[in-house]
Amino acid sequence: MPVIDLMSGFVAELRRAGLPVSLTENLDAMEAIKVIPIEDRDAFKYALGATLVKNSSHWRVFETIFEVYFSLRGSQYNIVDPSDDQADEFWRDEQDQAQQGQGEGRGAGGGGLEALTPEELANMLMRALMQGDQAMMRALARQSVARFAGMEPGRPVGGTYYLYRTLRNLDLDNMLAKLLEANKQSNQREATNLEQRLTKDEYESRIEQFKKEVEAEIRRRLVADRGAEAMAKTLRKPLPEDVEFMHASREEMQSLKKALFPLTRKLAARLARKRRHGRKGPLDFRNTVRHSLSYGGVPAEPKFKYPRPAKPELMVVADISGSVAAFARFTLMLVYAIQSQFSKVRSFVFIDGLDEVTKYFKATEDIQEAIHKVNTEADVVWVDGHSDYGHAFEVFWERYGKDINPKTTVLLLGDARNNYHASQSWVVKEMRKRARRVYWLNPEPRSYWNTGDSIVGEYGGHTDGVYECRNLRQLEGFVEKLV
Amino acid sequence: MSSDFVSVSQVRDGLKKVNYLADEGIAGVVYLAQRLGKPVLIEGPAGTGKTQLAKSVAELTGARLIRLQCYEGLDESKALYEWNYKKQLLRIQADKKSDSWSDVHDDIFSDEFLLTRPLLEAISAPDPVVLLIDEVDRVEVETEALLLEVLSEYQVSIPELGTISAKQIPMVFLTSNNTRELSEALKRRCLFLHIDYPDMEREKEIVLAKVPDISVNLADQIARIVRSIRQLDLKKAPSVSETLDWARTLILLGVDHIDAQQAKETLHVLLKYQTDIAKAAKELSVDE
Repeated sequence: MPVIDLMSGFVAELRRAGLPVSLTENLDAMEAIKVIPIEDRDAFKYALGATLVKNSSHWRVFETIFEVYFSLRGSQYNIVDPSDDQADEFWRDEQDQAQQGQGEGRGAGGGGLEALTPEELANMLMRALMQGDQAMMRALARQSVARFAGMEPGRPVGGTYYLYRTLRNLDLDNMLAKLLEANKQSNQREATNLEQRLTKDEYESRIEQFKKEVEAEIRRRLVADRGAEAMAKTLRKPLPEDVEFMHASREEMQSLKKALFPLTRKLAARLARKRRHGRKGPLDFRNTVRHSLSYGGVPAEPKFKYPRPAKPELMVVADISGSVAAFARFTLMLVYAIQSQFSKVRSFVFIDGLDEVTKYFKATEDIQEAIHKVNTEADVVWVDGHSDYGHAFEVFWERYGKDINPKTTVLLLGDARNNYHASQSWVVKEMRKRARRVYWLNPEPRSYWNTGDSIVGEYGGHTDGVYECRNLRQLEGFVEKLV
Repeated sequence: MSSDFVSVSQVRDGLKKVNYLADEGIAGVVYLAQRLGKPVLIEGPAGTGKTQLAKSVAELTGARLIRLQCYEGLDESKALYEWNYKKQLLRIQADKKSDSWSDVHDDIFSDEFLLTRPLLEAISAPDPVVLLIDEVDRVEVETEALLLEVLSEYQVSIPELGTISAKQIPMVFLTSNNTRELSEALKRRCLFLHIDYPDMEREKEIVLAKVPDISVNLADQIARIVRSIRQLDLKKAPSVSETLDWARTLILLGVDHIDAQQAKETLHVLLKYQTDIAKAAKELSVDE
């Protein structure tokens, strides 16, 4: 396949993954690969990245797609000659090799690895990890995948399954402990805590690197089997800002957390700017008259008061039961990260009981730590630990209702799945009478609202608006509107 | 230009000679920028060498560095050009009677009365230049539009004079600390380069290159500790420049092997928040 065809498929896949690649950027990429040969794979990748990806948080998605489309290209990465029948030939080639027991002959130290027993292989891996021998690690990664993953052409299994099989056979989970033990023995004297910690970090990063090699190898083989397009489809992941709070995996949670910090910084800068500009205060009569003196008493130059727009007070009332916990956590993190934009922030969490958690955020500057405390220490269970919005709202009204004043904006967070308890929606109605604004944020897709035990409509009618907040993008949009 | 790059590795080696250790990505993008004649938009955490890259490229190519520092409220008269009003006034008053109206009019809107600002200066320079537009995210979205003509066509339009095109295409670097999203129009015209914290090996080399009299052993240890610290969940991770500061501090103190005590006493060079320092000290178990 000529590069140009590959490129159009590649760009189409980037767009499908949600990256905004414009026509001019596509043309730039074409220009770029004219001056950088595909054989220099790293430079080639960065050339495509520089022209097509204009946001660093999209880089990971780009990398994955790049691996899928170009992993079989470039001289040292070739599995077989990239001719038409790639897949067939690749598998035949592999089988031939397996039958004849030939050395692989690719990668340093690749030859002769077939002859080893699994134990010997694991030992070699351990030695390579200890010494940080890159070439050896790469060769071993390939060898272990060939041997342990049990890959067959056309088998409809995802890459994670093969990864799991390979790693289990290598006993990688215990590798770190073994490495540390071996390191301890080779040292004559006792290592200090600091040294131990550094060694541990070093080994962890090497093991992580080895895992990546294995993953890449599996992916390369899958691409050879199934073709780039099908593979890209199975690997397609949403961009961090599009990940849904309610269904995020652990890894996605990490990337969400990373995306949150720059987002809050941007948001704070934008809000501060907005506050300073675009608004003029009322006419400053005294100052205008004072200045009119220099025009002979004619008020030719009107003066305005310095604008001091009031910052809203915020009360966040969040459901932190299992299904929506992640959403509540992210909203609280976001709100506290930009708390300088509000005159006061108070937060409450509930499941079927309710507790104020403002103090946890006041006690420490570290938002993560505060969130952790909220999860472990807040007293939110009343009867059985299943969401009961009605009771929680009643308690809120009883204890804190008097604190709501016309400056207060109340945010209610949750999916309003009330487990068929009484709704007590009069509380929300009363809140709205007293507060400046009452909003409801729902992390569920709009189409699920008011189905099953969700009674968001019943509450929503009494608020100033119910918003769907499934991902960071929507949450950011809402917060900007709020301030 | 006599100093055209021919390959990525040449760029890398060249940058190394001027004490800038580029990784594959940085060298690749710089090479591409010159070959395609496109500006480079550099983004990344503070203190990772974004501005330094532009300076080093200038040094490498022997070009003059022209710098435009962006700030809120930057406008045409500070970024592009301005008419020298005082001089124009003098010209009008100097010979009030002799010239006809049209002579004076043509005369006072000529090159002589034009004050060039960084962007115009870079365009009209006869010698090779590198244009650095620093912290472009500080200007308002509307002001960004000022840059667009320069960045895509390498020309500046002055209503009274016409269009001034570049005599040679300068290398342009824009840096951004990512405090706001830049406009699509600007991003589209640039190559994008994200400079992140370097990996351990590169950081070690940077320390070795930038700090005189440092032993390989100490540099290695520094790089390791900094990597471990960056893995923690901190308010502000240590930047490369802070790593260098730390290395220099340790040299001044005559340290050649970091132990827990010294690490604890000098952590404040690396980290700037009390909570971060406490956390790092605890995590690295130097807090006994």
